[in-house]
Amino acid sequence: MSLSSVSARKRRRLYMVVGGLAVLGVAVALVLTALEENIVFFYGPSEVKEKQLPMGQRFRLGGLVEDGSYKMLPDGITHAFAITDGAEAVQVYYKGLLPDLFREGQGVVTEGTLRPDEVFMATEVLAKHDENYMPKEVAEALKKAGTWQGDGHGVSGSGDTPEKGEGEAVFKGQ
Amino acid sequence: MHKFANPARFIRLSDLLLPWLMAVTVILLTGGLYMVFFASPDDYQQGATVRIMYVHVPAAYMAMLGYSVMAVASASSLIWKHPLADQIARAAAPIGAAFTLIALITGSLWGRPMWGTWWVWDARLTSVLILLFLYLGYMALWEAIEDPIKAAKACAILALVGFVNVPIIKFSVDWWNTLHQPASLFKMGGSSIHPEMLWPLLLMIGAFKAYFFVILLWRVKTLLIGRKIRALRMAQLGDN
Repeated sequence: MSLSSVSARKRRRLYMVVGGLAVLGVAVALVLTALEENIVFFYGPSEVKEKQLPMGQRFRLGGLVEDGSYKMLPDGITHAFAITDGAEAVQVYYKGLLPDLFREGQGVVTEGTLRPDEVFMATEVLAKHDENYMPKEVAEALKKAGTWQGDGHGVSGSGDTPEKGEGEAVFKGQ
Repeated sequence: MHKFANPARFIRLSDLLLPWLMAVTVILLTGGLYMVFFASPDDYQQGATVRIMYVHVPAAYMAMLGYSVMAVASASSLIWKHPLADQIARAAAPIGAAFTLIALITGSLWGRPMWGTWWVWDARLTSVLILLFLYLGYMALWEAIEDPIKAAKACAILALVGFVNVPIIKFSVDWWNTLHQPASLFKMGGSSIHPEMLWPLLLMIGAFKAYFFVILLWRVKTLLIGRKIRALRMAQLGDN
């Protein structure tokens, strides 16, 4: 066995491994693209309006809680708020406990069904927190300086990033 | 690389490195834990719960690093037949699996108060769970095949096939809507973590990484010694 044939075999094995991984990568990419609908964890308000999802079908709706939209209905147990992605908004009713992070301007993901009058009846509300971490004092200083980026800045409904920046978040219970 | 292919030389080298790596681990971990508990601020939204991040993020990072080490070692085993590569890949698997489990558990504990749920089937969480199963499957395959050469080959192929999951984990939060937030640390345009919180996080990442390599070297050493013992026993049996 000569030295050159050893290195030739090594090279062949290298090509096989690299080629195999490339083929596998393309296959996985195709599968993931085909399954995109199922991998998406939630739909944004624009997608919901656009897709005309059938009434009564359960799905998840995500976005930012619209500023000034939160209120408790007169029955005293139903939370009412609108979820927006900056372009469209969907009215949501929810009976139950809201997570600690829930506040206006915050990203949330809700699960439920759409009523014929286009009110989303949520049975579950999850808070989505963004990728920004900072001490409280810094957040306050930023707000004072007017460079605040807004809560829930990291929430984006597939592709269309909500351009909410200005406007202070209304902190619930403060 | 073949300079370190001699197991005896590798063991000598790791004996030389291990005390230093251990010292680095202890120093970084002490400094990191002190900062995490006493010298880092509460988050403006999450309060003290944000401290889970200092375990969760480094563990998740090591889970991916562990798999990457395994994949690179498996590739060099398949292509260049590097004699130590199989042992390195095999040694990395349980460490990576443990870190994956830690990331999943701390993530769940963090998700409950912040998101309002222990678990959701979004792309990030699901792909990390798949990573744990890949690690477990890899470890099981090593045990399932008797012939070490065949086992090494089959495991190397499994590790490489599973490697496609690593970029999926990394970019899942960018490609699809997920409940998990996007990357804070390794992203374009720099980190979105305030420096007062970034330092303890970086110290903890350093500590976890040093710990990872301590255990990795240790395990490779143990596997090599085990192999040597088996070879000696076989030789003895042959003599009798």
